[in-house]
Amino acid sequence: MADPVLSVQDLTTSFRVDGQWRSVVRDVSFDIGPQETVAVVGESGSGKSVTAMSIMRLLPPGNARSTGRIEFEGEDLLAGPLEQMQAIRGNRIGMIFQEPMTSLNPVLKIGSQITEVLRQHRGLDGAEAEAEAVRLLDRVRIPSAAARLGEYPMNFSGGMRQRVVIAIALACAPRLLIADEPTTALDVTIQAQILELIKTLQEEEGMSVLFITHDMGVVAEISDRTVVMYRGEVVEKATTEAIFREARHPYSRALLSAVPQLGAMAGQDRPLRFPRVDMATGEIAPPPPTADTVRVNEPPVLKVDNLVTRFPVRKGILRRVVGRIHAVEDISFELRQGETLSLVGESGCGKSTTGRSLIRLEEPSGGTVGMDGHDVRGAGHSELTKIRRDVQMIFQDPFESLNPRIRIGEAIAEPMIVHGLVSRREAPARVADLLERVGLSGEMMQRFPHEFSGGQRQRICIARALALEPKLIVADESVSALDVSVKAQVINLMLDLQERYGLGYLFISHDMAVVERISHRVAVMYLGEIVEIGPRAAVFETPQHPYTRKLIAAVPVADPSRRRRRVVAGDEIRSPYRPADYVAPKRLYREVGEGHFVQIHESEAAA
Amino acid sequence: MSGYLFSRLLQTLVTLFVMSVLVFGGLHMVGNPVDVLLSPTATPAERLEVIRSFGLDQPVWVQYGIFLKNALSGDLGNSFVYNQPALHLILQRMPATLELAAAALVMALALGLPLGVYAGLRPNGILAKSIMAFSILGFSLPTFWIGLVMIMVFAVQLGWLPSSGRGDTVDVFGVPLSLFTLDGLAHIALPAFNLALFKISLVIRITRAGVLETMQLDFVRFARAKGLPEGRIVRIHVLKNTLIPLITVIGLELGSLIAFAVVTETIFAWPGMGKLIIDSIAVLDRPVILAYLMITVVMFSLINLAVDILYSIVDPRVRLEGN
Repeated sequence: MADPVLSVQDLTTSFRVDGQWRSVVRDVSFDIGPQETVAVVGESGSGKSVTAMSIMRLLPPGNARSTGRIEFEGEDLLAGPLEQMQAIRGNRIGMIFQEPMTSLNPVLKIGSQITEVLRQHRGLDGAEAEAEAVRLLDRVRIPSAAARLGEYPMNFSGGMRQRVVIAIALACAPRLLIADEPTTALDVTIQAQILELIKTLQEEEGMSVLFITHDMGVVAEISDRTVVMYRGEVVEKATTEAIFREARHPYSRALLSAVPQLGAMAGQDRPLRFPRVDMATGEIAPPPPTADTVRVNEPPVLKVDNLVTRFPVRKGILRRVVGRIHAVEDISFELRQGETLSLVGESGCGKSTTGRSLIRLEEPSGGTVGMDGHDVRGAGHSELTKIRRDVQMIFQDPFESLNPRIRIGEAIAEPMIVHGLVSRREAPARVADLLERVGLSGEMMQRFPHEFSGGQRQRICIARALALEPKLIVADESVSALDVSVKAQVINLMLDLQERYGLGYLFISHDMAVVERISHRVAVMYLGEIVEIGPRAAVFETPQHPYTRKLIAAVPVADPSRRRRRVVAGDEIRSPYRPADYVAPKRLYREVGEGHFVQIHESEAAA
Repeated sequence: MSGYLFSRLLQTLVTLFVMSVLVFGGLHMVGNPVDVLLSPTATPAERLEVIRSFGLDQPVWVQYGIFLKNALSGDLGNSFVYNQPALHLILQRMPATLELAAAALVMALALGLPLGVYAGLRPNGILAKSIMAFSILGFSLPTFWIGLVMIMVFAVQLGWLPSSGRGDTVDVFGVPLSLFTLDGLAHIALPAFNLALFKISLVIRITRAGVLETMQLDFVRFARAKGLPEGRIVRIHVLKNTLIPLITVIGLELGSLIAFAVVTETIFAWPGMGKLIIDSIAVLDRPVILAYLMITVVMFSLINLAVDILYSIVDPRVRLEGN
């Protein structure tokens, strides 16, 4: 290999915690060659981001220190004074971060945030700098770039902001781009666009890329070589093909086996658990098959007909309704006990509003919701209480859905006591039982939420939902915020519980690969409408609607040998905002297979 | 924008109306100005004459009706004591108070901002800790006591600065101001600093908290990764975000500076509105009290309007809309 652009040798980074130095990254070494892409992959706390920050020396100098060598084009970055980094950062090494929403200063114009880099490193001024900024925005494919220089970040969508951030990072044609989880916060079709953009720009510029991610699918798509980190250490490094073909370290194997792979379910007609990996030996135990849980002979527990939820948008002194957000528009579906129906779609498609409308956390504007024979929309206060007992929700963020000042035992007991299921005296025994059922121990009930990890907290939320013996659980992005291996465990747990209690799940998610694992049936939502609904195998293997196909095509394939250049449409996610006098067209569906319906396109419907 | 201004105007009018009802009713309930104003030796006939001339013989709602009718044509009534229009009395004293408040505000910002930014950037340094200790003193020591100590030190012992009055004034557009003469500046220095002390401490604390918080945000990290010098990051990226909460607080505080400069004006014998209102309350000079409170309402509304407009300039996410 030619001389590496970046060579990290024995990097150890420590933080000062309560006066003690604690190492969070230990003896990390890797090289990045010219025009090469190296992925550093690991779960939260693995030290991958700290490694990236150490290279740029962005950690707070008083509370963090790094030892070892970081050679960038032959120069040791760790040796010199901190000021020397100013000439390197943003100039010879560009960096982009995870959150495009917060990486840009909200009160400064986009133009000035780009030109300040050009002024600093390239000595451009005034009109020159502005012309160059327009060129940069053009290069990251932002339409009508010149007009947008005067706008603020709030006028840009997440994907567009990440493009601006990339434009800034590449403003000085750096030799190396460090990308720290650049697509994690983005929707899947937008993620595909950004990955494609990074690849194209890399070829055009001939730069090297250090790509930090937790997503093995993204790794397979983009990197030439891969470094796997676990608890602050490098456990394996090899070419990406080798890692995916024959990972040697047990942790790499565990990580890979936990990665949901789109298409891995071909030929299966039921949901499938994730395989378990023995962390000592690296042996992979095949998952036990799931039982057939769907109670086809009973009437559906949930029946939704023509549900509509709209939010008025008011303007002016008289607060006149000038338009409406058509969050949920004329959707119908059924759900049986023991069945998992997934609602998939991108941000703003109305999938969460659908879940919330079912138990009137949002008041629907039309349609009917039948829950176990009760009419939810017509229910009075006491009937609604009874309905809400049968439908429990689990939310995305396990950190925010538990009150930090309430012991978890009380948090789980509270709904049971409120609904009069148990008395205060009997509660502890019941809570202990519930905790054990979700794989925790009964002694933990005295602890507070901050004493648990994210995965454990999500288990607690599940235990709390189970406490009322619901018939249906609405899981709103419940595993999206979890690490890959924890996500696999929680999904396995959900499948176990479905088998034991015949729970129905309405699984709301943007993650196509997870949806493929867990669902019996899938409904694809777009702009508040269901565009396609059917058995999982049919929707994934023979998708009919163009939007379903686009969604599936955008999911990164966790297999480097199947890597392909995709033609990615550069369009944005559209908004379901409509003017006040808009009349939603009546949608028709065509049955293309057994239980597999697809929305008929307007032109077809007219014919 | 015009819809916004319109709804703001409406709000102010409603507030003025409610305020006038409350104050009118409240003043009617406490004491009788005639008892305070009239000498004890006055005959019953004189007494009745005074009551009639003040219009106090009418039922209270009739009195209020007359007040309202006159107020709509710009007449807020005559002072019982000076027998001059109350509005005129107040407007005469207003420049002195506004001048004092403005000087105090400038001091609060000129000292508070840099000290606060410094304390926010080096929160653990000795100097930063001293600044914070000073700000606690500024918060907790009573204004009148500090005023007295300052007079003792700078006026009595060192003899550097005068201790009372406004000094020489020049007329600027017909308004007498002391900011433009050396003697005037010497006179305003002590009272303005006395009035500013609390505000300086407040500005320091808010700025420090804002800087500390903003320095942790992602865009500051990204600005560092862009290779920008630390100076630019603080001046452009951090300061503009810190100004947002500061503007709100400063707006509210400016109102209170003007309305409640009473203590400082009393200690330094500053001929402003504060002194007038205290005297008027003592003798139950109802028209002056009422007019003063009405003017305060208008002033607060104007300041709030200015704050909102400033806000929308500093923070592009804020849009001014009528509601």
